[in-house]
Amino acid sequence: MEVALFVPCYVDQFYPGAARATLELLEKLGVKVAYPDGQTCCGQPMANSGYEHLTGGCNENFIRCFQGYDYIVSPSGSCVLHLKDHLHTDSSPGLSDEVRHRVFELTEFLTDILKVEKLDARFPHRVGVHQSCHGQRGLMLSQMSELTAAPFSKPGKLLNMVKDIELVELDRKDECCGFGGTFCVAEEAVSVKMGKDRVADHLRHGAEFITGADMSCLMHMEGILRRNKSATKVIHIAEILNSQL
Amino acid sequence: MHTDKKHAALADIFNKDEARVNWHDETLWFVRSKRDRLTHDLPEWEVLRNTASQIKNHVLSRLQDYLLQFEKNALANGVQVHWAADAQEHNQIVCALLKKQGIERMVKSKSMLTEECHLNDYLAENGIEVIDSDLGERIVQLAKEMPSHIVLPCIHKKKEEIGDIFHEHLGTAAGVSDPQILTETARQHLRNVFVTRKAALTGVNFAIAETGEMVVCTNEGNADMGAHLSNIHIASMGIEKLIPKRAHLGVFLRLLTRSATGQPITTYSSHFRKPRKGQEMHVILVDNGRSRQLARPDFKNSLKCIRCGACMNTCPVYRRSGGHSYHHAISGPIGSILAPNLDMDKFADLPFASTLCGSCSNVCPVKIDIHNQLYKWRQELVKAGYTDKKKTVAMKLMANTLSSPSKFKLAGKMGRLALKYVPFTVNNSLNPWYKGREMPAPPKQSFSEWYKERGKDV
Repeated sequence: MEVALFVPCYVDQFYPGAARATLELLEKLGVKVAYPDGQTCCGQPMANSGYEHLTGGCNENFIRCFQGYDYIVSPSGSCVLHLKDHLHTDSSPGLSDEVRHRVFELTEFLTDILKVEKLDARFPHRVGVHQSCHGQRGLMLSQMSELTAAPFSKPGKLLNMVKDIELVELDRKDECCGFGGTFCVAEEAVSVKMGKDRVADHLRHGAEFITGADMSCLMHMEGILRRNKSATKVIHIAEILNSQL
Repeated sequence: MHTDKKHAALADIFNKDEARVNWHDETLWFVRSKRDRLTHDLPEWEVLRNTASQIKNHVLSRLQDYLLQFEKNALANGVQVHWAADAQEHNQIVCALLKKQGIERMVKSKSMLTEECHLNDYLAENGIEVIDSDLGERIVQLAKEMPSHIVLPCIHKKKEEIGDIFHEHLGTAAGVSDPQILTETARQHLRNVFVTRKAALTGVNFAIAETGEMVVCTNEGNADMGAHLSNIHIASMGIEKLIPKRAHLGVFLRLLTRSATGQPITTYSSHFRKPRKGQEMHVILVDNGRSRQLARPDFKNSLKCIRCGACMNTCPVYRRSGGHSYHHAISGPIGSILAPNLDMDKFADLPFASTLCGSCSNVCPVKIDIHNQLYKWRQELVKAGYTDKKKTVAMKLMANTLSSPSKFKLAGKMGRLALKYVPFTVNNSLNPWYKGREMPAPPKQSFSEWYKERGKDV
């Protein structure tokens, strides 16, 4: 099995640690991982702003970089959802469909494809889990509080394999943090208020770390935590799952 | 309420009073939580949603047939049927019916359609006074405001503020905010209205094609009080309110208030089938853009909406921006996909007032894919040119950079500003990101740079 690692543009530039942890974790689990050169962005920042018609170049580039692999894995639910829903080219629709169906978010890949049941990781801290909406409601990584349906959580299942971790309960377990792509600046007041409220829920329950499968939400909440000089930190789930014993 | 301000600016004003935002958020979250408790206790909940969705899809696929069937049966019941192509025609029909009888005062129960048509203003201009009989609507009417929520019209007002309004208009003592006293005052006030009005207008929750009857749901019994005491009952309904048979009604009644307020059923679910002896009963079937929406494949199923307001209660943006920030009679997520159909220019901002979190689609009792339609409206609005030109230029530059690996690398090297067209430019107060958040600390190396060096070590 050969897996291609897709590192979203902003993760590459601002959060290399999350990408490193993803790569190392996959390798630790015996996966051969390639990091195709020339990758940039999934196109979501334009598409969610109403400019999906400008994403042709990103789509072409993505397909050029990622065709021919068994799976494409990425540590970002939001980018993965965008690719699964919207990656296409008119020049070779068959190829874009093929690539599209091979894209997986990290925790779903670990749970559904690798069927990981055990991890050699230890993280002796109180951790709050942020359910990023696109991962949760889009990719269905976890059950959603709105539905009358049996609970499950792919990220939760993985985190429970980590030694000495203490997961905190939240008052609102799957409320949006308010990042929302360009929403975070276009609707600055509401975005920041949503972020403050989400962070406060974690702090109220004594979280030392806020984790999740989407770095963009974490970046937004980190901005709020740091502005308030909070000791609580954000950490991508890959970094916890890849932590040393 | 008339304003040129857009959602972001209005929400910014709403957020100046953070304690109030907290109160508004928690009040509506309480309603969402009640909804969760009731729906999670019902094992067949998701089946009910699915069934309702399919019934509505079916109706929308044969709307003309069901409308004609409804008309035929309503006429046979002695109900007079009117067709209105738009808001203006609807208002003219109502006005003409009242003028014919020499009526100058009318009582009206909850009807979001008449809010959409701005009926009260129209009738006022024509010398007819309307009193809203739904308590929440009466309060906002006295305050000269629009409803901020389709089910809870005055949810933005605290009881002390309602006490002040009642003191000014209904003669309660200054400073009284006890809900019991205020409600009793409203009750006496409205009783007097009911017995003195000769005309009543109601909305319609469900119209049944096979029987020609209309079902109106209220918690206060105000539709019944108005209609039963009137000489002329006018029911206004959007053409999408039809269901084929009485047998289908139970599905919707079980869904409606569980979704709306977390009640098992509305206190009053009243069937209006034929006029009382000597009474006139009219129904106005209003299009007002609905057939246009029906012809848009991407947005057609927004017409499944049964106006429960669950999408508003769950929406984290709505809870923190307030209904008035949507500057439309129907606010929140559903309003944001209905309003652009009425006026793309005026409501171009609304589909962007969302993080696309998807909670709205999950609570929707008729399974409208609201967040997907918000995304699709964004594409439509940009293509049709209803967008800031500066944003278009920035987006083109960004697309250009992100389409090219070499430009992307170069942009990244220039001080880690790969996304220089999204917010991470400078730490100053002009940068909307920095106003309430710190910037991400730029690392020494990007992942790509680290990966290249790692390759060399091996």
